[in-house]
Amino acid sequence: MDLPDTYRAMARIRRFEERLMALKESGEIPGSIHLCNGQEAIPVGACGVLREDDYVSATYRGHGWAIARGVGLAALFAEMMGRDSPISGGRAASPYLSDASRNFIGENSIVGAGVPIAAGAALTAKHRGHGAVSVVSIGDGAMNQGNVHEALNLAAVLDLPMVLVVENNVYSEMSRIEDMVRVHRLSERAAGYGIPGTVVDGNDVDAVTAAMAQAVGRAREGSGPSLVEAMTERLVGHYSGDAQQYRPAGEVAAAKEREPLARIRQAADAELTARLDTIEAEIAAEIDAAVTAARAIPFPDPATVTEHVHA
Amino acid sequence: MPESMRYIQAVNAALTWALDSRDDTVYFGEDVAIPNGPFGATKGLHKRFGAGRIFDTPISETGFLGMALGAAMTGMRPIAEIMYADFAFVAMDQIVNQIANIRYSSGGRWKAPLVIRMQQGYSPGACAQHSHSPEAYFAHTPGLRLALPATADDAYQMLRTAVTVDDPVIVAEARMLYPIAGEVRTDVPVEPMGGARVLREGPDVTVVAWSRMVPAALEAAETLAAEGIRAEVIDLRWLNPLDFETVGASVSKTGRLVVAHEANLTGGFGAEIAARVADECFEDLRSPVARVAAPDVPMPAAPVLQQAVVPEAVHVADTVRRTVHW
Repeated sequence: MDLPDTYRAMARIRRFEERLMALKESGEIPGSIHLCNGQEAIPVGACGVLREDDYVSATYRGHGWAIARGVGLAALFAEMMGRDSPISGGRAASPYLSDASRNFIGENSIVGAGVPIAAGAALTAKHRGHGAVSVVSIGDGAMNQGNVHEALNLAAVLDLPMVLVVENNVYSEMSRIEDMVRVHRLSERAAGYGIPGTVVDGNDVDAVTAAMAQAVGRAREGSGPSLVEAMTERLVGHYSGDAQQYRPAGEVAAAKEREPLARIRQAADAELTARLDTIEAEIAAEIDAAVTAARAIPFPDPATVTEHVHA
Repeated sequence: MPESMRYIQAVNAALTWALDSRDDTVYFGEDVAIPNGPFGATKGLHKRFGAGRIFDTPISETGFLGMALGAAMTGMRPIAEIMYADFAFVAMDQIVNQIANIRYSSGGRWKAPLVIRMQQGYSPGACAQHSHSPEAYFAHTPGLRLALPATADDAYQMLRTAVTVDDPVIVAEARMLYPIAGEVRTDVPVEPMGGARVLREGPDVTVVAWSRMVPAALEAAETLAAEGIRAEVIDLRWLNPLDFETVGASVSKTGRLVVAHEANLTGGFGAEIAARVADECFEDLRSPVARVAAPDVPMPAAPVLQQAVVPEAVHVADTVRRTVHW
């Protein structure tokens, strides 16, 4: 992707999240939402190197991954509005949605639990031998879950084509990750599984793309899993109701100077700036249209509430 | 032609059939491949099918049950083995929050056609961490199917059914029954899922049991017959789907019910059967519903203590007598 395209892909996620928060505040979104504002370069960079037959898994902070994977904005809005969306039928909402048609294994509300499942998708890929890869994202806090440890070791010993992306936004939900671990870099733990681990600037979409191209390429050729730690910052709270009193004064303001969209804006000349402005206008229209389309999707029929428990 | 084989051999025969039937079936768990399985259930399968189809995993129940789910969602038919049912507790998140939920929470857009094989129950000297009968935990969770074979033939037939359906199925075998031989019908089509079975007919009292308590109930019925009490014995077989129709029809006939399970009394699946009978057969009942179960204590390891808590045929017989003479 060239620069305007990556900007568009990241801005689409940012404006989606912003509109989602507005809809939450106006009462149209029930339940908690966990936004990824500031972390957009990671899913955009990662999904940019993937094939259609690859698998993607994310966490409850996974709207950006869904969008980067090509899940429709109207479907996402509708699902989070509690409507009968074409992706999860109103049964998953913001923190647990998926899209089988996009090989988007989905989000997971249990921290770290998506990693063993992603290993299973990688097992399928390995069994079929077509070179597909399973990419799974977690946050820094998930690195302290046993399920991640088990899945990483399992993927390593079975040489599974899996890439674990650790989005290190320095907060383990509402606690600083540096208070929760004794390693400087989470990627150091990769050595404990005998797999490669690397750290990238997760706010630099080109750096993410390069690191993911290497890790995904390695998995595709049958050389096993790897771990990519992407350093980033959350511009918003852990969840929609988070007052963030635990964050030092000025931290978010400083992060806003370093976030992926601002970074491109800062380096842009007048011509590029004008182009980015045009892109923003187009995305605003895209978001408006998606919200309108989502509102046209009916709520699920309560008479169907017991459907889909079993085959 | 039916073949005589032990329960554990029937499991092995069903697994052989499963791996032979579909290339997308894979089998994994702890010590199942090269070591041939801790109880011999997978004996010879690694040699026959190779490491691409059956392999040993690290001791990581959460990891490999999650892997089973991801593989099932993406088109495989995995069978994962939990060595002891007690070890499933370390992976309850994957069973309850992940495997059981995914079909429903995606509105049917994903499916999870996987089997979790485990074996349960006490054996002499087995401690509280090797003796659980956890069926009620799984029966409580929507989305799971639950099979508890009590005979060699059912070990074969129910496992074959489990690997064929598109739902996640837990097959909880009875370790104490592994050496018991029986006729196994290896030449019949795969049975549909579900269905209780009336093993012995009688007009006086219905005894519902599953797993190890099935042979105990049959033994009790034999003892009681000599006393003139004619018990009807039902092997429930599947807790999900639950064949309550067979239970209800029997209770409507006998007017009396005893439910027997090895699991602890409180919140055991016997309570569910009792509640359903109270709800749906109230007017047919001639005496209170009674349960035979282990008391609410963790399983002790010393055999002399185990004998003080583990339900056996004698307890079933005693309870039936009280029910009939109420």
